Amino acid sequence: MEYFVIIISAIFVNNILLSQFLGVCPFLGVSNKVSTATGMSGAVCFVITLATIVTWLINLLLVKFHLEFLQTIAFILVIAALVQMVEIVLKKISPSLYQALGIFLPLITTNCAVLGVALSVAQKGMGLGQATVYALATSIGYGLAMILFAGIRETLSLNAVPKAFKGLPIALITAGIMALAFLGFSGLV
Amino acid sequence: MSKLSLITRGILKENPTFVLVLGMCPTLATTTSAINGMEMGLATMFVLILSNIVISILAPAVPDKVHIPVYIVVIATFVTALQLIMQAFLPAVYNTLGLFIPLIVVNCIVLGRAEAFANKNGVVDSALDGVGIGLGFTLALTVIGMVREILGSGSIFGWRFITGDGILAFVLAPGAFIVLGYLMVLFNKISKKN
Amino acid sequence: MAAKSTLLNMVTCLTAVCLVCSAILAGLYALTAEPIANAAQKALVESISKVLPEGGELSESQSCEADGVEEYYLLSDEQGSPLAYAVKTSTNGFGGTLSLMVGVLPDGTVYNTSVLAHAETPGLGAKCAEDESAFRQQFRNFAGKLLVKKDGGDIDAITASTITSRAFTLCVQQAVDAVKALNTVKEETVNE
Repeated sequence: MEYFVIIISAIFVNNILLSQFLGVCPFLGVSNKVSTATGMSGAVCFVITLATIVTWLINLLLVKFHLEFLQTIAFILVIAALVQMVEIVLKKISPSLYQALGIFLPLITTNCAVLGVALSVAQKGMGLGQATVYALATSIGYGLAMILFAGIRETLSLNAVPKAFKGLPIALITAGIMALAFLGFSGLV
Repeated sequence: MSKLSLITRGILKENPTFVLVLGMCPTLATTTSAINGMEMGLATMFVLILSNIVISILAPAVPDKVHIPVYIVVIATFVTALQLIMQAFLPAVYNTLGLFIPLIVVNCIVLGRAEAFANKNGVVDSALDGVGIGLGFTLALTVIGMVREILGSGSIFGWRFITGDGILAFVLAPGAFIVLGYLMVLFNKISKKN
Repeated sequence: MAAKSTLLNMVTCLTAVCLVCSAILAGLYALTAEPIANAAQKALVESISKVLPEGGELSESQSCEADGVEEYYLLSDEQGSPLAYAVKTSTNGFGGTLSLMVGVLPDGTVYNTSVLAHAETPGLGAKCAEDESAFRQQFRNFAGKLLVKKDGGDIDAITASTITSRAFTLCVQQAVDAVKALNTVKEETVNE
């Protein structure tokens, strides 16, 4: 039950993109096509979950030695290293997956969703099980919003849009209307 | 390039929010009121100026392949320093901005300026670039916050001019996207005319 | 322009930067530790004095085994009989933990409330943190049923923020319960 609440709240109610605004840059940047949006979401999903588990363990060490103030530095370095490692391992083990996700991986280090989830897990003092479920659910929410948004933008690109609204402005307004729709989920849990 | 234009460039021609479209997360999340937006902008400016200065000094000595990790460590240091200082002396502000202070580390503006400007230029120019971009960011956030505050809670910088509620959606998440979208349109129109 | 990327070079450079940065931060941490603790202490003292009546003698922090209650402070008069309690309680709000300081009189009447930490939606649930809001004014000298009206109580919820209002009310209820429990324990010891 507890896990169920975490999952629903992370995917719909507190959607990481549309209500917490983490990871908005790639949300706007690579959402022109559904296929790239799917690739990015897959890569983010993978990295967020892995990074949350690893930073959770690192945080144990930091707390043990009373070095909590090094959290930000330690986490960002671990995430950067992790992304590199995932890239190398994927290249060796599964070239097809690497082809699908590879180009998105370098972009993920500066995706604040990853650091954001890692930091809020540490702040809320979640257990490892909870943290993993939370990370996974959050990244599913990320994927959901991202792919839906890309779908809308694909259709949008076929329509005549006033010149000043072309590109990002209309995308932002679209995202606003999506966020309005997601507001309907509030109060669900 | 003259010293003055280094600063004005960040405010208009290369405005980080409206033109370069960088650092969207704090832009959307912390602009629920004009004051909040301004505080976030100033916090980012603090990190931006200091990291620009240090990176412009360090850059020649850093091996090419590890320059990104080194820059990130430098930025993260200033961000943590800012966190500690704010906790000590401005606890109320620290609580409102919350998670978005540590997230300045991954704000693409800071790393972006380090990469695009500070590692090729001198200390003074880099510092001025930090001031310019920082001011541009702060101004943009304050304006977005102001519009959202006026529409959403019917007040300006905390001073209420209507009784009762404003249009709540503007303080909530959707308002952030919509206001930024329309302001961008406005900015495009104005800068095209000039 | 940049130095050569030999392995030795890269390792030394990264290690050196990391070490220097950690050292700087450790120093700054040591310097700011005291102001940070002071600021937290000041906020706590302010919130306690806000929720309690004036005068009397305030006790040190005391622990208490009630749901959601972390600690409480007892305000007693010169004879040592209790005037009021300041109870620190918390529960899950809409956006995260909602943590309150609640002043409760020995008969279970709420004296006043103060928000210590919250993560509610700005413009909606966050109104519960505004001392002057109509929602918060209800809790001054409140002795009615601590439930929102939707659930059959006497509290008007904040418009469109039932979850926050419920969480807030629950926090206050926890504090009142804790004080009542403390009083029964005391009466029993007196009777013995």
